Amino acid sequence: MSTAFETEGLVKRFGDFTALAGVDLAAEEGTVLGVLGPNGAGKTTMVRVLATLLRPDGGAARVDGIDVTRRPDEVRRRIGLTGQFASVDDDLTGMENLQLIGRLLDLRGSEIRSRTKQLLADFDLADAAKRTVKTYSGGMRRRLDLAASLMGRPRTVFLDEPTTGLDPVKREELWGVVRRLVADGTTVLLTTQYLEEADALADEISVFDHGRVIAHGTPAELKRIVGGQSIVVRPSEAGSIDAVAGLLRKFTGHEPESPQRGVLAVPAENELVFTAIVAELALAGIGVTELALRLPDLDDVFFKLTGHVTSSNDQKTEVPA
Amino acid sequence: MTAVLTAPAAPGLDAAAVKRPFALARHSLALAWRNLVKTMRNPEQLLDVTLQPIIFTAMFGFLLGGALAGDTAAYLQTLVPALMVMLTLFASIQSGTNFSTDLKSGLFDRFRSMPIGRSAPLIGAVLGDAIRYVVTIVVLLGFSYLLGFRIETDPARALAACLLAIGLGFALSWVFLLLGAVMKEPGSVQGIAFIVTFPLTFGTNMLTPTASMPGWLQAWMDVNPSVYAMDAARGLMVGGPVATPVAVTLAWIAGIIAVFAPLAVAAYRRRT
Repeated sequence: MSTAFETEGLVKRFGDFTALAGVDLAAEEGTVLGVLGPNGAGKTTMVRVLATLLRPDGGAARVDGIDVTRRPDEVRRRIGLTGQFASVDDDLTGMENLQLIGRLLDLRGSEIRSRTKQLLADFDLADAAKRTVKTYSGGMRRRLDLAASLMGRPRTVFLDEPTTGLDPVKREELWGVVRRLVADGTTVLLTTQYLEEADALADEISVFDHGRVIAHGTPAELKRIVGGQSIVVRPSEAGSIDAVAGLLRKFTGHEPESPQRGVLAVPAENELVFTAIVAELALAGIGVTELALRLPDLDDVFFKLTGHVTSSNDQKTEVPA
Repeated sequence: MTAVLTAPAAPGLDAAAVKRPFALARHSLALAWRNLVKTMRNPEQLLDVTLQPIIFTAMFGFLLGGALAGDTAAYLQTLVPALMVMLTLFASIQSGTNFSTDLKSGLFDRFRSMPIGRSAPLIGAVLGDAIRYVVTIVVLLGFSYLLGFRIETDPARALAACLLAIGLGFALSWVFLLLGAVMKEPGSVQGIAFIVTFPLTFGTNMLTPTASMPGWLQAWMDVNPSVYAMDAARGLMVGGPVATPVAVTLAWIAGIIAVFAPLAVAAYRRRT
């Protein structure tokens, strides 16, 4: 295994604002590095430096060992970029967009044709191939965008919040695409605001805050810091809250907390505890209005790591039981 | 299904990595094709270059023709070749505003992250707008023919006059691309571009002979490239001296491109 891309002490300032304050990252070939952080943490700036779109003010960034500022054209041959905003032309058809990229990449005519056809089929866009992108839905644009960044068969792909704004079904579809890329040996840098997404795709996760990496590790290591998932119960009758608390204590060995009035939450190391508690509640005849196995979200990660909450706390990752 | 996405990766990488000759020309043409397709899919973008020749020919021809040349048709013989130069310069402004709009789009981020020449998107923008010059000249010559304008030389010279006007339009496009790369809003590009274009086009002998004009204006006309282009177009379309105005116009075209093309490319690079 060798390093696909890395940064060392990367610094980028915009006037007085420091977007990157010394970022160290590295990803092995054929892995997914998740970069997790709220809006404004520096994720996009970092992707833009790695993709040769921004010159860093300090430190170094390399793709395949090639410095992005010294030999940008060689880096550009090796990467694919899918930005936060779909980088496709609205007035061209899906097919024309891919053909244009193919021509700009100096692919041969026959290869442009076959690759365009394959990618359109792969991304479920064959039927829409001859429609202008203007008529595409948000999910279709994202898929075309991703297809365009794969025209040149890059070994390293930068995906900057590829699922932001997509509904859960479309998000799952895109995850499938990312998994297939990695299965083929591609290295992926994925930025996201969703812990769930980083957890689902990444081999390692770097957590960003204010232009710094504040934590790095595998999803499992990170979840250990955050405390993993928790069981949340809201008894239908306030009177049974003590009984429920006792039950939770008995099965998990943790003292339940009460994040809201009438709600009990307790850390759960494994899912089996959850089913056992469900069965026990039924046996004891205790009714509940809410019962959930809740995964920690970005807010939880941040709260644990920094002691403050993120400004973007509109994303909750809840798995209903 | 899986194999399609990236594998076989190594051969694909090689194919992309091989430097084939004339890369800049091919990339520029591919991007010019994109601009052309975009224009054809948004025909309202051609509305200005379609209506302007009609409005200006009718306005100047009927307003001034009788007073200055006895009748409209006679006036058109001096007006139309000069108007052709003005209209191609007006048409070239759009290159700058379109470029400014493009720069704000994610698509240009993709282009910048690809191994293509840094001047290719700009050359593509300039070449892709050739359609606008062609439309404005065809409408001008067609409409003014109905009003009595006649080419007095031969088709080859008339075509040369058209190409000269288009050449000056191409050259001025680079000035507007520079504005497009430097300024944040497409709207302000258009505003500034018109301020640049007005003295170039109206500070000329397009509408009236120079004899009646004050000295400072005549001094400006001695250097204004549009004056030479207009004189050259008149000479090539209705007869008159040709050699000097054509030579000076060509020199201006070369000079403007030599100065502003590198500046525009540098400004574009600096935005990255």
